[in-house]
Amino acid sequence: MPSVRTAADLADLRTETLAAQKAKPVWITVCTGTGCCAYGAEGLADGFESEIDKRGLGRQVGLRRTGCHGFCERGPLVVIEPKGICYLHAQAKDIPTIMDKTVLGDEVVTRLLYLDEETGKRVRTAAEIPFYKHQKRILLENNVLIEATSILDYIGVGGYSALAKALNQMTPDAVIQEVKRANLRGRGGAGFSAGVKWETTRNASGAPKYAIVNGDEGDPGAYMDRSLLEGNPHSVLEGLIIGAYAMGATEGFIYVRQEYPLARKHAQMAIDRAREYGFLGANILGSGFDFDVTIHRGAGAFVSGESSALVNAIEGHVGEPRPKYTHLSEKGLWGKPTCLNNVETWANVPFIVNRGADWFRSMGTANSKGTKIFSLVGKVKNSGLVEVPMGITLRDIIFKIGGGLPAGKKFKGVQTGGPSGGVLPEALLDLPVDFDELDKVGSMMGSGGMIVMDEDTCMVDMARYYVNFLAHESCGKCVPCREGLRQMLTILDRIAGGQGREGDIELLEELSEFMEMASLCALGKSAPNPVRSSIRYFRHEYEAHIREKRCPAGACSALIQYEIDQTKCSHPPCGACARACAVEAIQKIDTGAYWVLQEKCIKCGSCYTACPDKFHAVRKAPVAWPAWQFPSTPVRTEITV
Amino acid sequence: MGQVTLEINGKSVQASQGITILQAAKSAGVEIPTLCDDGRLEPYGACRMCMVEIEKKGRTRLVASCLYPVEEGLSVQTESAKVTKIRKMLVELLWPAGQQYAKKYGVTRSRFATGMADCSLCGLCVRYCAEVKKSNALYFKGRGIDRKPALVDGPHATCSSCGECFSLCSGGWVVASRA
Ligand SMILES: Cc1cc2nc3c(=O)[nH]c(=O)nc-3n(C[C@H](O)[C@H](O)[C@H](O)COP(=O)(O)O)c2cc1C
Ligand code: FES
Repeated sequence: MPSVRTAADLADLRTETLAAQKAKPVWITVCTGTGCCAYGAEGLADGFESEIDKRGLGRQVGLRRTGCHGFCERGPLVVIEPKGICYLHAQAKDIPTIMDKTVLGDEVVTRLLYLDEETGKRVRTAAEIPFYKHQKRILLENNVLIEATSILDYIGVGGYSALAKALNQMTPDAVIQEVKRANLRGRGGAGFSAGVKWETTRNASGAPKYAIVNGDEGDPGAYMDRSLLEGNPHSVLEGLIIGAYAMGATEGFIYVRQEYPLARKHAQMAIDRAREYGFLGANILGSGFDFDVTIHRGAGAFVSGESSALVNAIEGHVGEPRPKYTHLSEKGLWGKPTCLNNVETWANVPFIVNRGADWFRSMGTANSKGTKIFSLVGKVKNSGLVEVPMGITLRDIIFKIGGGLPAGKKFKGVQTGGPSGGVLPEALLDLPVDFDELDKVGSMMGSGGMIVMDEDTCMVDMARYYVNFLAHESCGKCVPCREGLRQMLTILDRIAGGQGREGDIELLEELSEFMEMASLCALGKSAPNPVRSSIRYFRHEYEAHIREKRCPAGACSALIQYEIDQTKCSHPPCGACARACAVEAIQKIDTGAYWVLQEKCIKCGSCYTACPDKFHAVRKAPVAWPAWQFPSTPVRTEITV
Repeated sequence: MGQVTLEINGKSVQASQGITILQAAKSAGVEIPTLCDDGRLEPYGACRMCMVEIEKKGRTRLVASCLYPVEEGLSVQTESAKVTKIRKMLVELLWPAGQQYAKKYGVTRSRFATGMADCSLCGLCVRYCAEVKKSNALYFKGRGIDRKPALVDGPHATCSSCGECFSLCSGGWVVASRA
């Protein structure tokens, strides 16, 4: 068995691994992250593999199936190393060409390169693509360089050297002091100092002590933790082992969300390999330190990601928060001192140990150090996973990395912090990404969800979406959270439905304040954030719904109707709208034009989508559209059915 | 067990270490409203009716008194402005459940469309069945706003029809759900 007993063994293994890799001059890297796999990346990798075999290139050309590179939207992604040529949307039919030109030859396949819309030029490497250029990829960097399930690949990029350093050269207390000095704050939500939490756990009496990875990632649309667990599980595991050593934990758990089978599989493989190599188990690297890890499969609800709920779930109980006023670091899992950190928090640890607190502190703002991974989604041209230094502005993330909004749409707001975060308006785009700054303006860092919204997004509808999510994802145990959310949902439904009343905004505000004060856990306390922030920055939208029965964004179906602008409709009409309508609500009137029968219309919007862009004749109009705004209004009685 | 001295509504109170603020208040003759508390059961902390404002080292905090243990030097306000605001809202949100406190907190009607019968999900029935009867015949079905107490059905049913949970329910929900 390839057991690694000492730091010197590890260094030797690394040298051997690198030499073996160097023996092959060219490496084809295929991203097999979840995003790229949805575009057929597995088949593509298989295709490369058989092509390499077929051509008898097994000794010269290597193939790596890696985790997520971040730019999922343009997948499948293929990178040819060592030149770093980056191909987007690569297909099986491109394999022979890529092999001939780039792998064996010295040319590029131009059509597969990224096209920079601004310069009109194609760029060859990922580093030149604006999406990557403005990022600071530290945690995600190795995702591109290693095969997720290969411990040797991880060792090749320096993996487990931080563990060797911590165990051989540092006392547990020195590790804690380094992490404290780095000011590593929790990446899972609240931004609590990891070092302080470790120290409290270390100082708490009771044994055994437990260290847990929170991989529940319940924030809808976010997949930072998933990509780390799938693409580089050893980095999370190494961080966990170092942390366990520092706080004196002997048992660990990786809690992975039920919907992440691949993350679970890769984490399990990482644990098995690490045990084989001697990074887990008894007497790790000859240090006398014992530690082992088990995977726990999550139970599903958003609330189970809350720390005490997660601990309940691991104990085999219902994943509901504990109402107790005690800290997990003193009384956690089975009543023993327990430390829970987010996946990304743990993944930072090996870097801090290896490169030092000063290096970590060189990135970021006064109180937020290092980098943060965001899942940038919504109305942006380049969506995907982005890792940025703390302190970067929201504007840079959305416009430089994200490339701005598609189709010339105007920016309206950005939701950070997931369902418990807040929506921020254009005026706050120059805000630096920083735990405390985001808190101050009514949002939060959260785990890193970032949803960009354009002018077509209704803020009442947005708030309603999150309130509805939380109303169904909370445990429902305490009255303020359950009944508060129920009533918020009723009120928002009524506002969006054109039935809002004077005083509803104030009632929402009163409920928000009450839920923050009285709820049992952080879910209920933070649940009002989307409502509060949207009222704070977009109050006029609420007022338009309530007072004028108008949805300024044209999104609330009860307040809009679809109409055909007769001045824009083609002559003769193309009829695309009528064909798209499933309920025959669009009919020809005797002038030969098409007309929407409002009584029949179910407001599905199919006609709006079906109308060719060159006409753009179907429009969303407020239900009570003043007659004078029609250029030529056909009288309704003219309709013949 | 040692004794601690705390202050409840300005009055100095002696309490044995380990008991909750709610218990200490009760023995000092201070009434704190509750819906989910029952001396025979583990504190549950769900109704939040028992919330009080505490002051410790100059910092104030709102806590559920049925769970928060007494501490030396703690200063407790059981009817502060924030606390009464919370209770008022709770009575409104649970309407018609929790009406026994309506008068005290000046609530005559609710501004909300409430009405999950009279069930406040205090869990007395479920918890009594599990903790005292040890028969786990009841459970909470669903989560979030869909949460409801329900009877375990089918092959795992353990209800012995002792009927003891009926009297625990102030809203008659248990009877209704069996019908
Ligand atoms: C409703 C709710 C859901 C949460 N979900 C997650 C989650 O999915 N992942 C996570 O890491 N933390 C989540 N948290 C935060 C955890 O409670 C806890 O603070 C965190 O895991 C601690 O790790 P950190 O200090 O490294 O961030 C959630 C908190 C709440 C209140
Ligand atoms: S009695 Fe304390 S929360 Fe119900």
